[in-house]
Parts: sequence; structure tokens; C-alpha cells
Amino acid sequence: MKKASLTILLTVLIVLGLSAVALATETEVKVAGLRVFYAIVTAAGFGMAIAAIGCGLAQGLAIKSAVEGTARNPEASGKITVNMLIGLAMIESLAIYALVVALILLYAYPMSGPIKGLVGM
Amino acid sequence: MEHPILFLSLLFDLIGLGDFAHHYPHVVYSWLVMLLFIVFGWIAGKGVSIIPNKLQNLFEVMIEGIENFQVDMMGEEGRRYFPLIATIGLYVFTCNVLGLVPGLLSPTANINTTLSVALVTFCATHYVGIRFHGIKYVKHFMGSMLPLAPLMIPIEIIGHLSRVLSLTLRLFGNIMGEDLVLAILLLLAGKFLAPLPMMFMAIFTSFVQALIFSLLSMLYISAAIEEAH
Repeated sequence: MKKASLTILLTVLIVLGLSAVALATETEVKVAGLRVFYAIVTAAGFGMAIAAIGCGLAQGLAIKSAVEGTARNPEASGKITVNMLIGLAMIESLAIYALVVALILLYAYPMSGPIKGLVGM
Repeated sequence: MEHPILFLSLLFDLIGLGDFAHHYPHVVYSWLVMLLFIVFGWIAGKGVSIIPNKLQNLFEVMIEGIENFQVDMMGEEGRRYFPLIATIGLYVFTCNVLGLVPGLLSPTANINTTLSVALVTFCATHYVGIRFHGIKYVKHFMGSMLPLAPLMIPIEIIGHLSRVLSLTLRLFGNIMGEDLVLAILLLLAGKFLAPLPMMFMAIFTSFVQALIFSLLSMLYISAAIEEAH
């Protein structure tokens, strides 16, 4: 069942992709251009959201260990807090990379000029 | 929203360099940060006495704090690189916080500024390595065993280049993201002071990002100083 739905999904994607090549009329070109924008917006939204899942879980584990360490040994809390903050910033930077990719897709996508010209905007 | 009102750009308009200031506001504002540091450094160094007065106390606390943190991380031989690390840390922090003042812009919200600071760190790392070890610095790239060297050299080179990329993107993404959030909150509910809680968070993340940048610079330089595997 899973393989069948995967095959269907791939077929739909390939047909959509190849349909861009076989276009002739102006409205179909516009539709293809708009599809690129749909894809960009979807990718930007979901990309950042999925990165936030991983970042949230990882930072939760880091804070869990830091708080447990402080509970065991309260006078080491200064050093533990410093290390925890450093670790949190490292983990957060991975989510920031996803954000930068989303921003590039939305605001600096290199093909957006030609696509806008095709769509007529 | 695309073109915020910036005080220094308006000032440059009066002089006649308005075009430059509108296209490259991050350069203009990094000049402002440089000017601030020169003025504060001059004021701090003026009446230095054994019994410190209030302003000297403040500067001593800041500088000693950074220096102790650095010597903790790097060891005694790292003390000579303290001016570089402190400048990187203070410059990045001031640049980040500058964007929270209405009418000013963070230079680090532009990828050119962050890339320039990351390149300074990168060049400093290799300069320090070559100065300490001479030609034997190449051993750092060759890995632990000699037969592995053809495999390790490309990996190490890519790792070193990725350090520049990660430093740049981390700082740029954080500060640009915080600026975007502030702008969007302003757009949504500006007259109800909606950006204000976000600004407190922004001060915290600006400080943490400056700390992380200077800490990573310290770690890279100390990795270049210590012996190869």
C-alpha cells in the first residue's frame, strides 16, 4: 500500500514537472510559473517548521541535563549555565541555517526574475 | 517597510553622499560603531589612576571579565590575542544592539558585515598557526596517521571553510531574524508597543551571539596553537 502511494506521488510529480516542457499557450506558462511560487512558499514554510522541531527537541535535552546537573551540585551552577548557553546557541544555529534557506527562497530566489517575466508580473 | 528611515542616511544626504548611504547603510553604521569605540576608548584611557574612579571601574570590570574568560579557555599563551578577541566580541555586540534603537540599523543584519568578521577570524587562525608552528602547521591538516593524509586533507580544508560559513550564517541569521520579527510585529500592532517584549529578547540574543562568536574565535585560535594530533 505504501509503495503504491509512493509510486503515484512520484508519477504525479514527474507529470507536473514534464508538463512544463510541453507548454505552448500563455496561460499554461503562467500556471507553471505560479506553481513554482506555490512550491517556494510551501518549501519555505515547511522547511523552517521541520527545523524548529529538531531544534526544540535538542534544546530541551540540553536544558534537561543542565538543570539536572545543577540540582545535583548547586555550586557548579555558574559553569553549567555557561556551558548550557553555549550549547543552546550551537543548536539554534542549525535552525537558523534553515531560516536563511527559507529567506533565500522567498526573497532572493535567483530564477524569480525570469519567472516573474514569464508570468507577466 | 522596504526603506526604513535611517538617521545617518539623512545626515549623509545633507553632505551629498546620500546615494552611497542609501545603498550601503551597513557600512555607514559600522563607521558609527568604530567612532563610538574610538571615543569611548579615548575617554577610558584618559585619567587612569591606581584608585579607579567610576568610569574606569566600569571599563576595568568589562575588560577584566573578558580577559579572565579568555585565559580560562585558551591558557596563558592566548593572552596576546586578547585585543583581537575583545574587539571582535565588543564590535559584534554593539553592532547587534544598534538595531534596537529606532532610527538606526544593525550592520550585522547584512551578510557582508558578518562575512568580514568571520574572514578576520579565519585569517587570524591561520596566521597564528603559521607563526607558532612554521611549516609544520600543515600537520594539523594531515590527521593522525600519515597514510590517511590524502583523505584527511580535503576533509580538513572543507571543515575550515565551513567554519567561515557557519560563523557568518549564524550571526547573520540570528540578527536578521530578530530584525524581521521586530519589523513584522511593528507592522501588525505597532501602536500597542507590540515589539517591546521582543526587544528584551533581542538584547539577550544579541549578547549571546556576540559571546558565541568570540568564544568560537577563541576556540579556533587555541586549536591552531596546540600541537597536532
